[in-house]
Amino acid sequence: MIEFRIDTHSGVPPYRQLVHQVRQALRLGLLREGDQLPTVKDVVGQLAINPNTVLKAYRELEHEGLAAGRPGLGTFVTRSLAQESVAAHKGLRSELDRWLTKARRAGLDDASISALFESTFRAASDEGVA
Amino acid sequence: MSAIVAEELGKRYGRRWALRNCTLEIPDGSVVGLVGANGAGKSTFLHLTVGLLEPTAGSLAVLGGRPGANAAQLAKVGFVAQDAPVYDWLSVADHLRLGSHMNPGWDTAMASERIDRLGLDLAQRAGKLSGGQRSQLALTLAIGKRPDLLVLDEPVASLDPLARRTFLADVMELVADQKPTIILSSHLLSDIERVCDHLIVMAEGRVQLAGPVEELLCGHKLLTGPRRDMRTMPSGQAVVRASHTDRQTTVLVRTAEPILDPAWVVADVGLEDLVLAYMAASTAPTPQQAPLAAVRS
Repeated sequence: MIEFRIDTHSGVPPYRQLVHQVRQALRLGLLREGDQLPTVKDVVGQLAINPNTVLKAYRELEHEGLAAGRPGLGTFVTRSLAQESVAAHKGLRSELDRWLTKARRAGLDDASISALFESTFRAASDEGVA
Repeated sequence: MSAIVAEELGKRYGRRWALRNCTLEIPDGSVVGLVGANGAGKSTFLHLTVGLLEPTAGSLAVLGGRPGANAAQLAKVGFVAQDAPVYDWLSVADHLRLGSHMNPGWDTAMASERIDRLGLDLAQRAGKLSGGQRSQLALTLAIGKRPDLLVLDEPVASLDPLARRTFLADVMELVADQKPTIILSSHLLSDIERVCDHLIVMAEGRVQLAGPVEELLCGHKLLTGPRRDMRTMPSGQAVVRASHTDRQTTVLVRTAEPILDPAWVVADVGLEDLVLAYMAASTAPTPQQAPLAAVRS
């Protein structure tokens, strides 16, 4: 079982924060197939958030095929994200290393690199959402 | 079904209108956050919904009936007034007895279980309880009657952060269990953001903005760009609030369409920015008036 947290200053809608935390836990292997997610009432009692926020997050996880609701029992993890992504980490990291070297050669300092990454990342994920 | 339907609702005290032209609709099962400056008309609106005040103008239907019309109507509505009033000289047990005698649908088991879980001493006089305990007792009385509508007027204003969180968590558990409609007024926007799915912003006795939180957030954008005359804004973008420096313009617009003008850097709007913009817009003497409340059916 995992415990959720909400950061109200992040600007990220609370339901997305919950979805993100489940995905993160799946990637890190903290949650595995068959594990139960906290019940809506537990989350609500612990975080003092609207139950619909939790329901919406769980619906999204179901939509992504990561979890499934079992009537009267709760919501359970149906797929793990750990292995497939860990295997891909190595290749992605070396690509990123090469890119970083290129960026430094082009004269970017650390702050510029991180700003460029952030803005590209945000633009790409915005497009993905829309 | 709608829990609350107000049409052109108004309340006047002498020559002063505390609430005017209030037209809105609140869907059943919503958790509504009511925000606005002191004196904006929040308490007046809440007192009208529970039947403590009579409207001067317009109409108001609460759960399909007239507020305070009869015993059946009263039984459906729970109310915790500002500062969580309790009877200081009565004990906690007396309050529970009072609740069970005065409410036909009183849930004895739930009320006692709550008091037990909160660790309140049944023999204690309410006047000796801490602020947090008093509001929990008042909340217990309000939800012990199993209301379909629970009205909370600044319920957490005087509570410490822990008591505040516990109080809100309890209200949210109630929502998860029984799905009542909840209206809660507060100045604490971070609390509103956590618990509410519906928002009403009031200023100077008028509703400035009303609707589902998510829809409102999606329907507004914060634009930053080179200084610009607001009269040149496209018709589909209603200016809520604009500020200018000698070179730059920052403007909050209400729009249903994507912003295509490449001169603007477009950002999403958070609940706090949105509320503050509408509260400020009502006092700004600009010709560009804020668009009035969106009414949702």
